[in-house]
Amino acid sequence: MPQHETGGAPGAPAHEVRDFLRRRSEQIAQRWADEPLFRTVFTVSREEAVEAGRAVVDALARVADSRRVEDPDAAGFSAVREQLARMGAARSRAGLSAAQVSSELAALLPPVDRLLVADLERERPERLRECSTALTVLMGTLRLVAMQTALSEIQALTDRQRLQLLEVATPVIKLWDGIVAVPLIGTLDSARSQVVMETLLNAVVDQHARFAILDITGVPTVDSLVAQHLMQTVDAVRLLGAECVVSGIRPAIAQTIVHLGLDLGTVKTRAGLADALGHCLDELGANIVAAAPGGADRR
Amino acid sequence: MSEAFSRPAAGQVPVLRLGNVLPVTLPGDLHDGMAHRLRQDLSEAVVRGGVTGVVIDISGVEIVDSFLGRVLAELAAQAGLPAARTVVAGMRPAVAITLVELGLTLPGLRTAPTTEAALELLGRTAAPPRAGRGREGSP
Repeated sequence: MPQHETGGAPGAPAHEVRDFLRRRSEQIAQRWADEPLFRTVFTVSREEAVEAGRAVVDALARVADSRRVEDPDAAGFSAVREQLARMGAARSRAGLSAAQVSSELAALLPPVDRLLVADLERERPERLRECSTALTVLMGTLRLVAMQTALSEIQALTDRQRLQLLEVATPVIKLWDGIVAVPLIGTLDSARSQVVMETLLNAVVDQHARFAILDITGVPTVDSLVAQHLMQTVDAVRLLGAECVVSGIRPAIAQTIVHLGLDLGTVKTRAGLADALGHCLDELGANIVAAAPGGADRR
Repeated sequence: MSEAFSRPAAGQVPVLRLGNVLPVTLPGDLHDGMAHRLRQDLSEAVVRGGVTGVVIDISGVEIVDSFLGRVLAELAAQAGLPAARTVVAGMRPAVAITLVELGLTLPGLRTAPTTEAALELLGRTAAPPRAGRGREGSP
């Protein structure tokens, strides 16, 4: 760490960088305002972009002051974290990939570096190199902070959407007095099948259902885990005193089940939802007959 | 034959009698001793004769542990005995989920949503062990 071998009069390179950043903050902000990252995010006025750039420079100076130029968790960054997140999000919305945003952030370095070189041209070359390295590391850390922030935003979004999916994707439909159905769509994982089981069981109890139909037409693949979840749901429904019918097993899934050697022997299956409903109605004794010719217009 | 049915002391699950059926309501806080006592009382009552079915209402049970799971599994096994058929009625969803996750799927156990449905089930299927369910679609 170059910034620790100080001792001499000029002070640590990090502090040199800090002094430079404080001295030149206005110029740096002005130059950054012309860079695509600031120009495209702060479109209202140039003044706004300069203001944002100044905030970032201040944060960098504070981090350099604490000599933790390599630490993305340095306290100095927390002030601009939100702003960086907003800028990153704006660029992502404009259709840029994470790598492109990152290279735009990298493009902030050269103008500052040129200023630094111009400022310290009378210093010894080693000294200049040390300061330049410290600045580069600092800017690299800034880039890391921005990407970290963007990533955590994305993570939060994904978590939120997963929750929404859990809520939305498992409706329990009442098909008839005493018959409820759950059309399952999409891949079943443990968390989802848990939700399915809970909502289905509650619906069975609330609606005094005697039959529950699990329609898996929309489930793309069935592995042993999914099959186990299905079996558990079927067993739980049976424990409540209702009967569970699984329908909509596509040929490919049927083959997979046989290949995996899964035993669905105790599960009642029907080809389609209509067949399952027919079976349940039959068991309930609610016979549906074709309308007599010339009779009332009823199904 | 009434002495076995008419002494519900504290810490004991009373076994009632309705015609040929013995309805039992499990309390929410069933513990070891009570469960043992209940099994004994039930088998004694069945041995006395004239009983065709036992209905165990567990709608008051909100939490099930491995012990209660085992009690239910044993009751289910008892259900295979010829004298009286056992029906478990009114299980709560949370209890069902727990039992399934404990691996106690109770394969032979007859279940019904309510005690009424259980009585109906017992009355309807007199001789065959496993006949089709209801005919009338009354809720």
